[in-house]
Amino acid sequence: MAAPVVSPPEAGQDGPQRRTDPGLRHRLAERGIDSHLLLLVPAIVFIIGLFVYPFLYGLGLSFQPQQGGSPFADYQRFFSDPYQRDTIWKTLGLAIPAALLNVLASVPIAYRMRGRFRGKRLLMIVLVVPITLGTVLTAEGLLNFLGPAGWFNRTLISLGLADEPVQLINNYWGVFFSLIITGFPFAFLLISSYLSGIDPSLERAAATLGAGWWDRFRHITFPLLMPGLATTFCLTFVLAFSVFPSAILVGNPAGETRVISIAAYQAAYEQYDYPMASTIAMIMGAVELLVIALVLLWRSRFYTGATGGKG
Amino acid sequence: MSTLGLAGRSRPRRRLVASPGAWVTWGAVAFFLVGLLGVIGSVLVNSFGTRWFGGWFPEGFTTNWYADAWQQFGLADLILVTVEVSVAVVALSLVIGVPAAYVLARRDFPGKRLVYLAFLLPILMPPITYGIPLATVLYKFGFAGNLSGVILANLVPSVPFVILTMTPFIEQIDPAIERAARMCGAGMRAVFLRILTPLLVPGILAAAILVLVRTVGMFELTFLTAGPDSQTLIVALFYSMSAAGIRAQQSVDAMAVLYMAMMLVLLVIAMRFVNPTQLVARVKEEPEP
Repeated sequence: MAAPVVSPPEAGQDGPQRRTDPGLRHRLAERGIDSHLLLLVPAIVFIIGLFVYPFLYGLGLSFQPQQGGSPFADYQRFFSDPYQRDTIWKTLGLAIPAALLNVLASVPIAYRMRGRFRGKRLLMIVLVVPITLGTVLTAEGLLNFLGPAGWFNRTLISLGLADEPVQLINNYWGVFFSLIITGFPFAFLLISSYLSGIDPSLERAAATLGAGWWDRFRHITFPLLMPGLATTFCLTFVLAFSVFPSAILVGNPAGETRVISIAAYQAAYEQYDYPMASTIAMIMGAVELLVIALVLLWRSRFYTGATGGKG
Repeated sequence: MSTLGLAGRSRPRRRLVASPGAWVTWGAVAFFLVGLLGVIGSVLVNSFGTRWFGGWFPEGFTTNWYADAWQQFGLADLILVTVEVSVAVVALSLVIGVPAAYVLARRDFPGKRLVYLAFLLPILMPPITYGIPLATVLYKFGFAGNLSGVILANLVPSVPFVILTMTPFIEQIDPAIERAARMCGAGMRAVFLRILTPLLVPGILAAAILVLVRTVGMFELTFLTAGPDSQTLIVALFYSMSAAGIRAQQSVDAMAVLYMAMMLVLLVIAMRFVNPTQLVARVKEEPEP
């Protein structure tokens, strides 16, 4: 999209003159290059030093297997071992349903909580509380609450809904619940901020033209909210995909919740095989970016820009 | 029901409370809240309990576990480290992120898409993915294992997060305001400090709060880069939980409660200054009909 900068012919004339030459500055400014871009410099230095360089370093490391052999030996090792390969499916099987549920549940709740009502502030604060918990604390709470002697199973048994404790921890469901508890408030906060950025007078205009609440939601609010929803899905998906502490603590880290981050961690900090750890990390990133890219591709088909909020 | 339906048609805004959709929504919220209460409550009760082998509540209550946890885990140091790390990360990420967000939201320049992608990637990638190579590089240059390494590692997702959060706020400011200020002779500095910053205060607060919460709760990156003296509270909590059996369960729960209390105080303070529903824009509240 952006054309490469072609330096104008007179750029190479004499140095001191060039600085004050209004022609060159003007021409560069027309292409969008002026002193404003200096605001971007600290961020670019930061991102190259702390993200791009380490990432390329890790990528390079993944092609230098510890045992020698071809550059792709570690990738072959990962994909030929079902114990390692299946971690991809286990991770996706946890992350996609959890992220979808978080986003889809947040939309109606946030939509309903736009208006004014008594106790709204308190309810918002309570809903936001789980963010403060963090995955580790949630894991601790879930072990107590959903465990065989916990309050949840006790309630089920005394209500006659179950004869014996339901196994909800140290398996898939324990991790899934921990993803909901930490992910839902996050999705909710983001979506309600996107919703409050949509000018309510747009909806009122539709109402005066006779649109019912469903039509207003479907044709006014939802399309404007769509980019926000896609972003929120991506962020909650990232949170869910990188599930690590709760998969160890409330899951079954040797079996059904041996997610890919556990495989990477074990390679790096238990076997000290950094090339293999980098390989797994790169595969993890590639799988995740694939999902994100699909969502963002879909998002780009929607309107982005001002949503009429008053700044 | 039919009268309700009719009333709903004539004044839809007032009747939302009675619709079945509302019941489902509030039911879901209630279910979530009960679960949340159970999760928090069981940690809280256990941290005060003496012995709890069965039954609804422990046999007796005590506060000894807190003194125990405070001494055994060195909580004062852990809290100090956590505060230092999060304040540094919030301040640095705002200083780096807000100007960058402004340029990216307003300007078009060659290579913009590439720059934007570079900022999006850290937030779209699992922390473990870049955390492992990052930790390797930080160890190589001697940053990892101390406070500066933890701060640097935590900045990686925070700066892009500030940029992403700020972009809609900036897009909503009318560029004509800035042009008017320029016409009146304001330079870039003046425009930024006297025009944009006051208008962006809600956005900056929102970004700061979200970054703060993320940093205090950020487990993976801190876990990968921290040394024994630079653990934050959450990492220490994980270590004491995964080493189950060495410490009493109640004492781990006491530490968890202290972590939770710290975050709650933070959150309540934050909520006094920013309304979570108005994070994106100062929207006109709906007038009462």
